[in-house]
Amino acid sequence: MATPNHDHHSIADLEAVRRRLAVASIRMTTAAESGHPSTCLSCSHIVTALYFAGLMHYDPARPDMPDRDRFVLSKGHAAPILYAALAEAGILPWDELMDLRTIGSRLEGHPNMRRVPMVEASTGSLGQGLSIGVGMALAGRLAASDRRTFVLLGDGELDEGQVWEAAMAGAKYALDSLVAVVDRNGYQQMGDADAVMPTGPLAAKWQAFGWRTLEVDGHDWPEVLGSLRAARERKGRPTVIVARTRKGFGVSQILADPGNKFHGVPLKPAEAEIAIAEIDAAPYPTEAI
Amino acid sequence: MNLGAAIGLPLGEPTRNAFGEALRDLGAAYPNLVVVDGDVGNSTRTEVFAQAFPERFFQVGIAESNMVSVAAGLAAGGHIAVTASFAAFLTCNAYDQIRMGVGFTGANVKLVGSHAGISIGDDGPSQMGIEDMALMSSIPGMIVLCPADAAAARKLTALMVAHDGPVYMRTGRPKVPTIYPADVDLAIGRAQVVRAGTDATVIACGIMVSAALEAAHALAAEGIDVRVLDMHTVKPLDVAAVEAAAHETGAIVTAEEHLLDGGLGSAVARAVARYAPCPMGFVGVDNTYAESGKPGDVLAKYGLTWQAIADEVRRLKGHGRGGTEPPRGL
Repeated sequence: MATPNHDHHSIADLEAVRRRLAVASIRMTTAAESGHPSTCLSCSHIVTALYFAGLMHYDPARPDMPDRDRFVLSKGHAAPILYAALAEAGILPWDELMDLRTIGSRLEGHPNMRRVPMVEASTGSLGQGLSIGVGMALAGRLAASDRRTFVLLGDGELDEGQVWEAAMAGAKYALDSLVAVVDRNGYQQMGDADAVMPTGPLAAKWQAFGWRTLEVDGHDWPEVLGSLRAARERKGRPTVIVARTRKGFGVSQILADPGNKFHGVPLKPAEAEIAIAEIDAAPYPTEAI
Repeated sequence: MNLGAAIGLPLGEPTRNAFGEALRDLGAAYPNLVVVDGDVGNSTRTEVFAQAFPERFFQVGIAESNMVSVAAGLAAGGHIAVTASFAAFLTCNAYDQIRMGVGFTGANVKLVGSHAGISIGDDGPSQMGIEDMALMSSIPGMIVLCPADAAAARKLTALMVAHDGPVYMRTGRPKVPTIYPADVDLAIGRAQVVRAGTDATVIACGIMVSAALEAAHALAAEGIDVRVLDMHTVKPLDVAAVEAAAHETGAIVTAEEHLLDGGLGSAVARAVARYAPCPMGFVGVDNTYAESGKPGDVLAKYGLTWQAIADEVRRLKGHGRGGTEPPRGL
């Protein structure tokens, strides 16, 4: 299942990858003077685990391999960390990342599947990714393929009714190759997600919609890895992982701001240097997988 | 509704029926053809395909947004994904999903909107698709089709499925007059000349093609020789045919079962203004919603008749009986 070159076996290795992706997300958005670094940080463990812990089946040399697992970034504003993951996987050149959001670059503000290999869906209008994932999972079934489809959703995105239309369809068709991950970082554009529109109790809601539901700490490596590994198992119905996360994980400047003023705001160059130094200096987790 | 009766056109099957049967017939030739329904397959006639290929038919319930995005996901997996609902619900409810998942991605999704226009009659304006061609024309790269009769619907369905990329086709609820032989040869983007003429041209689509033929018949008796073009492809428009009509006949009237805003008339007017300016007239739903009623009564009350087309031609040709100038101001 795993891709040999991208299958890290130690948490220390994975954490090193995660930090590269986090730092790249900050550098890219700071250089572009626009974009959403904080939402990239909240999903950095999830994205790293999917691409680099052998939890997604893909071949960087053959990005259009039919039986590759699919990853849909439904919260398309986290595009920088997706691009960074594709660079880490060897699908995009690292140097290109700094072209984010510049005219002529294929690294647009939100992912464009027509321009970037292994970007599986064009997203950025929230609420549509899970439905696309349902269609992809149905296609996988018709092709008698064992491929999995992973969809990363924001928690604010769950305000969109279409997500729940898709949830019903996924359960109806018993799509056990479909995995949704909710990056529950608790904030959306206008502030506290539960103040803007309460979506809880989230796990109970997904369960009521017929999904196998796992709740994890989205920054705890064993929990993230364990839940994704469990989600790969086909159990006759789709799986959702509700990952409790922090918007701006690892960066005190962002975490210290309860007002969410960093939503969609890049760090200034001096702030970025402080943030990167903080990420680099953080102690490594010591757990073994 | 007595469309075509004045010139003895026989009544044929509704275009939605022809679409459903054609889709079923194509199912064998295209093993990657799949259909996604939003609980109206017995109205849109995709149920005919479902009966033949149940394993390739997906029912997602009354949820057009999800329906379109699921189709986009199936298309990403290499399928020709057909998804159909009432034109109004498909194009209005799921517009953003069409924009993002079909247009922006160039997905191989075929959108079919039934119950287009006001000729559905009884069910009333909430069910009438009168803005669908405008909305779908506003999607970059979208092909917009509007068949005039059952044979055209069969042919355009086949062309739509064979085309690689986004297509929208509208179909209608009522039986419509037969214009074409069963084996009519149409091509996407090529207007069909259904009547030759030199004094004026009526460019029509859908059920208004038969109305245009009736108008041409009546005008012939007055010495006005009218060309009739079936513009079954509203986008991309056959600009050459429009240009030829302008140069060779000097006057163009468009006729469509759609709002005047953003539909066939708007597209033809843009081509005329840019390439071959000539006087124009417009028949369509004019800045209003229609109402419940028998289809013929609704069409008559909202001005979608052969008489209205004939009046517009007379006005452009200075044949006094053309009634009054249309009111100023849009």
